[in-house]
Amino acid sequence: MLKGIFEIFRGLWQTFRSAWSEPVTIQYPEVKRQVRQRFRGRHVLKRYENGLEKCIGCSLCAAACPADAIFVESSEQTDAERYSPGERYASTYEINMLRCIFCGFCEDACPTEAIVLEDNYELSFYDRRSAIYTKELLLEPVYPPAKTTPQKTPPGKFTRSVPEMKDPID
Amino acid sequence: MDAGMIIEWVIKAIAILIFCTAGFAYTTLYERKVLARMQVRWGPNRAGPLASLQPVADGIKLIFKEELIPANADKLVFIAAPIITVIPALIITGVVPWGNEIVLFGRTIKLYLADINVAILYIMSITSISVYGITLAGWSSNNKYATLGGLRATSQMISYELALGLSFVGPILIAGSMSLRDIVLAQENIPFILIQPLGAIIFMIATIAEVNRAPFDMPEAEQELTAGYHTEYSGMKFALFFMAEYIKMIAVSTIGATLFLGGYYGPFVDQLPWLGPIYLIAKVVILLYGLIWIRATLPRIRYDRLMAFGWKILFPLALLNVMLTAIGVVIFGGE
Repeated sequence: MLKGIFEIFRGLWQTFRSAWSEPVTIQYPEVKRQVRQRFRGRHVLKRYENGLEKCIGCSLCAAACPADAIFVESSEQTDAERYSPGERYASTYEINMLRCIFCGFCEDACPTEAIVLEDNYELSFYDRRSAIYTKELLLEPVYPPAKTTPQKTPPGKFTRSVPEMKDPID
Repeated sequence: MDAGMIIEWVIKAIAILIFCTAGFAYTTLYERKVLARMQVRWGPNRAGPLASLQPVADGIKLIFKEELIPANADKLVFIAAPIITVIPALIITGVVPWGNEIVLFGRTIKLYLADINVAILYIMSITSISVYGITLAGWSSNNKYATLGGLRATSQMISYELALGLSFVGPILIAGSMSLRDIVLAQENIPFILIQPLGAIIFMIATIAEVNRAPFDMPEAEQELTAGYHTEYSGMKFALFFMAEYIKMIAVSTIGATLFLGGYYGPFVDQLPWLGPIYLIAKVVILLYGLIWIRATLPRIRYDRLMAFGWKILFPLALLNVMLTAIGVVIFGGE
């Protein structure tokens, strides 16, 4: 009985002390927490250093996707109008962010490491239509001196669609 | 009795009603803020400076919510129940004195609405009425959770009202009057909490049960009864139950401050009668902090333990307190 009363006062002291400690709340829109290195946020379609898209439109990501969120349509390309190395490129690339479960299987499936889940987690939409991210939204921006796609490339240079992997890191 | 007297009464009554409703709005904010800080959070801090517009935002939200009435509910009782709950809460504080007398526009104004000689009986009876609202709400919803919540409210109220009533007896015996004004005047030199510590503690515990607050919030125990008696209520009708709960919190804090903490008495109140209401509000805010503090700390106790605590510990203690007070009054003499 007395111990119980003592415990009540101990609890009251605990809450009273907590009231004077610094709150741990992060004031979100003003303060944003850095995400972890392996965080899986919104997808980004990567480019090579010369500006060509890594994505070759093979649809392996779409096949790997357990939520069926990815839609890829590939087309033929020529040296005069080149998007990515090889014969084909992704003419349409769409990810439905309402379906995506951010599992990262698309990253694993990709033979060219073109799709990477990066740190953007601010994915909210006013309607379902705008939840579908198109290729333009997903593609990484071009950093000069690299040129944007389509590029005019010398013939016979970009014939290999999958890059040669030397000492893969992870 | 002249016309000015009636106008004065009306103004005082409206002032009390406005104080209660505005107090309700800001008590919700106060509670959310204090609870948040005790849980190491910031709490609401977006709407206006220091979240001062948060209650307004909540109110607007609740007004625009859809009002649902279950198909098999008893419609008349269902609509009447929130009203039956909120009106007693609003009129409890009518008998509480806010100060002594002030002179305003050449008129001596008594800072209390009604100084009735059975004020404590009035409080006891009015607080008992509001449990009808809760029980009727639970019953008319045609929902088993709501019914259980309503039933729990009734049995809890019966067991704790006894201890609550007996804790009133101490101040009554010492002051020799049931009028709250006389009780406050008797505390001019020493607040009753120092003479009646046991009575004050019993009062505090019983009032937590009376206003259905944690750890005695059995009628609305979320984990067991979803929301208890107000499960089926939405929109403004739900807000009325909330309003009743918070206004009753303010009311019991006011009564507690009046009975045990010396009411409107404080330093220099004799020279500056305007300080009376300020002292009373300060004491009410402290007692409200206590209610919120206990809510933030203690888990809800089991229902049978609640009843056992009420009947086997609180009630005998209250009886003992009455006996000791009576002996003390005989030996040392009352007021």
